[in-house]
Amino acid sequence: MVGSAIVIGAGIVGAACARSLAMAGLDVTVIDRSTAASATTARGEGNLLVSDKAPGPELVMALAAAKRWPALVRELADELGDGFPGIEYEPKGGLVVATTEDGAAPLLRFAAAQRSAGVDARELSVPEALSLEPDLNPAITAAVHYPQDAQVHPVNAAEALLASARRHGARVRQNVNLSGPILDANGTLLGIATNEGELRADAIIVAAGPWSGEVARTLGVTLPVRPRRGMVLVTSRTPKRIFHKVYDADYVGAVGSGDAALQTSGVVESTESGNVLIGSSREQLGFDDRLRVDTIAQVAAKAIRLFPFLADQAVIRTYGGFRPFMPDHLPLVSPDHRMPGLWHATGHEGAGIGLAPITGELIAALIAGEAAPCDPAPYSLARKSLEPHLTAVA
Amino acid sequence: MAARMLPSEKDPIQPSSSTTVSITVDGHVATGILGQSIAGIMMAGDRLGFRQTAKLDRPRGVFCGIGVCFDCLVEVNGLSDVRACQRKACDGDVVVTARDPQPRGGAA
Amino acid sequence: MSEVLVIGAGPAGLAAARAASDAGASVVLLDSSDALGGQFWRHLPETRPARNEKYLHHGWSTFRALGEALESSPTVTIIRSAQVWAIEVFDGVAVHAVIGEPDGARRERRVFRPDALVLATGAHDRTLPFPGWDLPGVYTGGAAQALAKGERLAVGERVVVAGAGPFLLPVAQSLTRAGSRVIGVLEANRAARLARGWSPRPWQLLGAAGKGLELAGYAAGHVRHRIPYRLGRAVIAAHGTDRVESVTVAKVDAQWAPIPGTEHTLKVDAVCVSHGFTPRIELAIAAGCELTPNRFVAVDGNQRTTTDGVYAAGEITGIGGVDLALAEGEIAGHFAAGFATESVSAPPTAAIRRRRAFTGFAHRIEAAHGIRSGWSDWLTDSTLICRCEEVDFGSMRAAAAATQSESFRSLKLGTRAGLGICQGRMCGRTSEELLCALNQNRELSDGAMSDRRPLASPLRIGELAHLSSQKTARKGTP
Repeated sequence: MVGSAIVIGAGIVGAACARSLAMAGLDVTVIDRSTAASATTARGEGNLLVSDKAPGPELVMALAAAKRWPALVRELADELGDGFPGIEYEPKGGLVVATTEDGAAPLLRFAAAQRSAGVDARELSVPEALSLEPDLNPAITAAVHYPQDAQVHPVNAAEALLASARRHGARVRQNVNLSGPILDANGTLLGIATNEGELRADAIIVAAGPWSGEVARTLGVTLPVRPRRGMVLVTSRTPKRIFHKVYDADYVGAVGSGDAALQTSGVVESTESGNVLIGSSREQLGFDDRLRVDTIAQVAAKAIRLFPFLADQAVIRTYGGFRPFMPDHLPLVSPDHRMPGLWHATGHEGAGIGLAPITGELIAALIAGEAAPCDPAPYSLARKSLEPHLTAVA
Repeated sequence: MAARMLPSEKDPIQPSSSTTVSITVDGHVATGILGQSIAGIMMAGDRLGFRQTAKLDRPRGVFCGIGVCFDCLVEVNGLSDVRACQRKACDGDVVVTARDPQPRGGAA
Repeated sequence: MSEVLVIGAGPAGLAAARAASDAGASVVLLDSSDALGGQFWRHLPETRPARNEKYLHHGWSTFRALGEALESSPTVTIIRSAQVWAIEVFDGVAVHAVIGEPDGARRERRVFRPDALVLATGAHDRTLPFPGWDLPGVYTGGAAQALAKGERLAVGERVVVAGAGPFLLPVAQSLTRAGSRVIGVLEANRAARLARGWSPRPWQLLGAAGKGLELAGYAAGHVRHRIPYRLGRAVIAAHGTDRVESVTVAKVDAQWAPIPGTEHTLKVDAVCVSHGFTPRIELAIAAGCELTPNRFVAVDGNQRTTTDGVYAAGEITGIGGVDLALAEGEIAGHFAAGFATESVSAPPTAAIRRRRAFTGFAHRIEAAHGIRSGWSDWLTDSTLICRCEEVDFGSMRAAAAATQSESFRSLKLGTRAGLGICQGRMCGRTSEELLCALNQNRELSDGAMSDRRPLASPLRIGELAHLSSQKTARKGTP
């Protein structure tokens, strides 16, 4: 019988795990070496997307998440009341466009495949796309509308999940540093050593996003999670002229790519506060967080290609974050077969905000031995596609 | 009237005779001295509120005066987000003050 | 010829450019304004020269001499209206600037890859929030100075100057010389603290003779204009419908907490409030320079920062006034040129001596006038903390309580405090301190800092995008 759990990492995935585990009746402690919701969670746009996912296990999870979020938002609002910072869940829908002649057919093929996997993907004519987004560049060659795409305020959502976890008895301890595992003679993980003493639990869950590889190494196992950096631009407040999450179809290619080199695509949306968020870039540079002007310049150029009026808009801030990249592009929600007592909830790359609730529910179900919200096999550490990476990463 | 220009003839530093510059602010002609900021010309014309804020609909004008606070933003010749305290007035500049774009509720 | 780039043409930057040029380097001097002198020597535009401008300025002849030397030097390039918006650090620094009218849309883009860089970006006023501080007619001291010196505009007819620090005196002086009636200068600190700050080492004030004279001059000016100078008092609220009409003044205790029952109202048409200065350190942070515990740029005896080839001078290394800035600038420029040209020349001993004389001054200002925590007692729940995003104190308190967050970033993103177009320049440090106090005075521990702004200035997206197609010559990097 599993009665207690420690979650390492107080980002949105850790917060969702903590909430689900606490609601399942476990005694839960969340630790973070820094503070809650302030690393990867605080460095993204808050995407809840189905549109960028090809048919397969990640799409299955995304569809489940898309269905789950509205109810979750209501639950959290009921629990936490009006005084809590708003989660800003907005089912605004996505609009994916091709900006080149060559790009049109692949986008439409991709959408057709998604449709057969249960995605609401509506092919639009150019005039139809312009009626959804009047300021969109009319030179687009194809467009697909995805009503299931949504957006959320990622930090407030993570803080809400944590606050809810606390209400169900979880403890959140910030600024606690992990120093090593506590193992029994058989190699079963009994707990962790930290700078604030030993903590013991039946299940230890690594939910440290791009730092999960580091945490796993400290605990004595390898994990092929790597940081992949993404940059976002924020404009000054502007009258609302962008109504959906609008991106060029290059984005799908960039998300799915394993290439370490810089990839950019135009991803544009407005937020509740009136700013426009502009992405996106993906590059593997380790944890190097220095500004790269070329990267944000490329992102800016692609945004203007989608919405020409943005050229005269002021950009006031840029921020970058590290996403937990997996070599096979699938999240990891799984026990660690190499070390009993150890679990992982990580590797969502840029989809962690959206997939967090299902991840939390899946890990809680697996740990508590209850019915899982989806088939856990594709997200297992023991999956075939990860095999070479578990040995290759020493 | 609060803010006002010190007339050259009363000024102990004795500025030279000055060239004027004319701009329009929300359609009204405002005249200043060449080399003045748009903010200075507006203030000297007893215009202290340069915009209405998004959330509380309150007036804002010059605060820091040196380009740091961004409170004095106006639209100049069709371009938004111009700091009136930093932009020197040019003859014929069309300045528009406005209510800020409003966020649609949600968290503060 | 080796190149030294100087950012900022205030006292420190001018001195640095001059010294670097004298030491044999080719110099490029950038400033966001269209004139030299910085905020300290803000003056009338070239199109409106004044016969007696020195009347408004301390050290005007020094400024004129520096300006003329630089403008006539064949090895110095002065680029005005140059807004530096980013610094990249990869095998040397790359300084990105746009050149043209402020907040324009199609400015010229330039990338500088100097052999050495001197940062002399100065400081801006720090004003603590109080009810009504967002009303038009409430200004920082710097605004009153800039408009008075740069345009001969008085911000009001009947003005109160309030806050803390010796720099309130020149603000009052500029106002009276532009035609305002200053009905009082209110210093929050009490006599005992000022005495403790200023008197334990009186010889330092003697050493800083210039500074003593500068302040003595202001004091004499006050006497002449009969401006009351009151200690232990603060403006705790401003009132008016669409502009300031009156302020509430109260006595404050040694910690700056207002003393109930001492409030009274003054009718004014403008109020200038400054409680100190915030150094403009975003470019230094972008260049990878380490900071001191008080969040100034850390420098060694040669004004060298922790980033190779990057030097810093003036208010970004400590708030010490013009004379210290001039000395530091000269030293920084000298050693930056040495770094750039890989040569060693005799150290600028006179400047080093002057710097030593004024170094204590910065500490003394902080000891005598530094912000005390009791001020937050004058806040109400509806007082705006973040002016841009209109985040009030009540919602910050509520968010901190609801989330129990110890993270500045989370609270910032949760409340939007500091996320507006000024990017926390006005409220950043105040928000940090308030959130820290709300968090049982535990340090906000996520390492997020309101001073970090990789984008150092807004830029049009079209201007940024243009860079992606523009190839720049890179020295020594692929």
